[in-house]
Amino acid sequence: MELAEGTAGAPKKLGIKEYLVRHMREYGLLFALIAIMAFFQIVTNGTLLKPVNVTNLLLQNSYIIIMALGMLIVIVSGNIDLSVGSVMGFVGALAAVMIVEWELSTGVTMVTCLVAGGLIGAAQGYWIAYWKIPSFIVTLAGMLVFRGLSLWLLEGQSLGPFPREFQMISNGFVPDIFPSWLSSGLAGLLDAKRVNVLSLSTGLVAAGLITWMGMKSRAQNRAYGMEVEPSAFFYARIGITSLALIFIFYKLSTFRGLPNVLLTMGVLTLIYAFFTERTVTGRRIYALGGNEKAAKLSGIKTERLTFLAFANMGVLAAAAGMVFAARLNSATPKAGFALELDVIAAVFIGGASMSGGVGKIVGAVVGAFLMGVLNNGMSILGIGIDYQQVIKGLVLLAAVIFDVYNKSKQA
Amino acid sequence: MNALLEMRSITKEFPGVKALDSVNLAVKQGEIHALVGENGAGKSTLMKVLSGVYAAGSYEGEIHYDGALAEFSGISDSEARGIIIIHQELALVPLLSIAENLFLGNEHAVGGIVDWRETNRRTEELLRKVGLSEPPSALVDALGVGKQQLVEIAKALSKEVRLLILDEPTAALSESDSQALLDLMLELKEQGVTQIIISHKLNEVRRVADTVTVIRDGTSVSIMEAEKGEITEDRIVRDMVGRDMADRYPGRARRAGETLMEVKGWNVWHPQHSERQMINDVNLAVRAGEVVGIAGLMGAGRTELAMSIFGQSYGRNISGSVEMKGTPVDVSSVSKAIKAGLAYVTEDRKSLGLVLDETIQRNITLANLPEVSRNMVLNEARETQVAEDYRSALNIRTPSVFQKVMNLSGGNQQKVVLSKWLFAQPEVLILDEPTRGIDVGAKFEIYGIINDLSAQGKGVVMISSEMPELLGMCDRIYVMNEGSFVGELSAEDASQERIMSLIVTE
Repeated sequence: MELAEGTAGAPKKLGIKEYLVRHMREYGLLFALIAIMAFFQIVTNGTLLKPVNVTNLLLQNSYIIIMALGMLIVIVSGNIDLSVGSVMGFVGALAAVMIVEWELSTGVTMVTCLVAGGLIGAAQGYWIAYWKIPSFIVTLAGMLVFRGLSLWLLEGQSLGPFPREFQMISNGFVPDIFPSWLSSGLAGLLDAKRVNVLSLSTGLVAAGLITWMGMKSRAQNRAYGMEVEPSAFFYARIGITSLALIFIFYKLSTFRGLPNVLLTMGVLTLIYAFFTERTVTGRRIYALGGNEKAAKLSGIKTERLTFLAFANMGVLAAAAGMVFAARLNSATPKAGFALELDVIAAVFIGGASMSGGVGKIVGAVVGAFLMGVLNNGMSILGIGIDYQQVIKGLVLLAAVIFDVYNKSKQA
Repeated sequence: MNALLEMRSITKEFPGVKALDSVNLAVKQGEIHALVGENGAGKSTLMKVLSGVYAAGSYEGEIHYDGALAEFSGISDSEARGIIIIHQELALVPLLSIAENLFLGNEHAVGGIVDWRETNRRTEELLRKVGLSEPPSALVDALGVGKQQLVEIAKALSKEVRLLILDEPTAALSESDSQALLDLMLELKEQGVTQIIISHKLNEVRRVADTVTVIRDGTSVSIMEAEKGEITEDRIVRDMVGRDMADRYPGRARRAGETLMEVKGWNVWHPQHSERQMINDVNLAVRAGEVVGIAGLMGAGRTELAMSIFGQSYGRNISGSVEMKGTPVDVSSVSKAIKAGLAYVTEDRKSLGLVLDETIQRNITLANLPEVSRNMVLNEARETQVAEDYRSALNIRTPSVFQKVMNLSGGNQQKVVLSKWLFAQPEVLILDEPTRGIDVGAKFEIYGIINDLSAQGKGVVMISSEMPELLGMCDRIYVMNEGSFVGELSAEDASQERIMSLIVTE
């Protein structure tokens, strides 16, 4: 009996070097992020990882990460969306007009904006999915149209400020639910001014969850004879990730606690990672991007999936638009300008393939953070916007060259 | 006759594999030399060594060409010496004209400006040589595969070819186009062009080859000469697979049960040219346990018929009815057709059948994901189990089901496609050229799978351009020509001659 099971799935033993070469991409990205963070931490004399800056870093990149989730799906399905920056700006403008000029409530505005974003995405997706018009062209048109419409909505002016309720989307923090004696006790223990216990415990729980899930899937993979990460690597990776999480949440806890946006971002990332990796629909999107004709002949409704990918992108762009407007506390006609490029770059740096079918949510999020740390670090150093653009461009190119080089070496 | 080419104990190693192990190949001046062997035996690698794709120094052994040691460092090197390869996948630019394609990279030009008059004159001359009457300005896109193959040969001739290598030249050609191509090969031989043909079709090899070299597992195992009467199909097959294959088609108990699928009055029009009728009033029936063949020439409409039935994947203005076990079913989309119990295994597995960049496991479950999930959430453990089951049942040769499909050989890829459709649990399977481009051993295994399906009471429709295969496997054969069924033969009555005569008399 045992013998039979053993033959069905004898785990493959791989040398550490062989494993590293094969999974160069995933580790490369993680190493790059750590290396860049360490670099800026040193050259900024520790400013990068100050609690206030960590909080800022997360807030600054939140809307890019939110859109990168949708963009990953669009790119995996074999398409591209160039309109997200404009759509984001347009929805921000719409929110401002609804709240400031029409004096509607925050709740009504938020729901209406999300629906509007979904409709915009659906409208573009309709032409792409059912009329087979290349997504590059449809969304290029969308980019111009919605840039123009936000100018028109705002009549070329900035519009604000927003009521406190709406600002909370971006600038709010989740209130600490733990008693204050615990907080002050911990603060004394950790030699900090204050400690937000909710934030710290969220970090601990997240680290615990990641470790537990990693162990579980490792055990499962082993049982089914899948390739298993060498244990040294596994523990190092889990250890570093957990420590980094606890560290970041600790930094947050000594500032103002858990930002609302971080919570939104975290929950969305989990949902989308689960959706793309574990659900039938997610799997079908990968097949659609990998070979549309084969997917179609396997009974997959490829048009509908493409349509939904764009509708979903629209909703996320709307969410990002509100986060952005709330953070600036006003809607401006320039909001979201050229932001689609940052979002797309994040997804490609995260390992997605231009031809579709390849890419991961976690990769896109790490890619976005990598760009974010670069932006933030260079700004702290006072490097001019001119050099910043050049460096970001080169990083994108390097990431993709690295991908292509890796692939050719494996083949 | 002296040898034009002699490859002496060529050994080529890749990391972890010895692709060629001291292979010898001697090609005489002015002969047609056939190189045969199973897929993966090393034929293509040998030709890449010859043409310089693998540069001198990256392999062991010697190449003597035209009486001297040759060390090619690239394709341009070997082409300059008159060695030209025509690959299985044609290397023509579809939206350029014949003339532009013929002289691509080799233009008749003065100071970068093309001399079109000279180009067209030379093109006409070359086209005449290969028996094409198309104008030089015709777009390659508008030609059939057979004619495109001839354009490739004309292109080779334009380069003063001395040794022409044809890799599976007839794999995608119809019977008559194949004949024309073989005739042309014999004619070129008369004109003194030495040729190497790589082919799986042994009757063709027997027809044109003066010498046959059989390669198996990276070594040359035998040489046969026509003059000595050594070339027989049985001998070639035996040397190729390394064992006797008494029967190329495994036997099966023939018993047909109730009617599973019936297609009535099926009409289909061309998707772009709506006035062109592609399928004309076809009636088709398959019974449980029956293997039904559809014979016909390339372009007869067999694939179009199959795809139009399978979820209207081809054509427009489709009319007619499909019944499963006597009840009419809706097959207007692929998912409905699958639900009705149909499966279609495409003739073009790479572009229509597989997601090449995905794993074996993910390809196998693709058409029936709900079966390995609950509430739309995938159960990967169950998925792996399913993939493992099919791997052992169909003998898919791979280190693991997490291997990407693109790394598999043609035969194993075909088994993955078959697994995918078996897992969709169909009643009737339409197999379109199920053994195209796969080697003798894998073919035999595929036939075995078809027999198993029939034994389980499934209905099988088999489309094939290889008539011996249809005759060896089918209980009944429909003959198709120009979009209509022109005859129906039982296994006992069918023969290649009868099928051909049904096609040509229509």
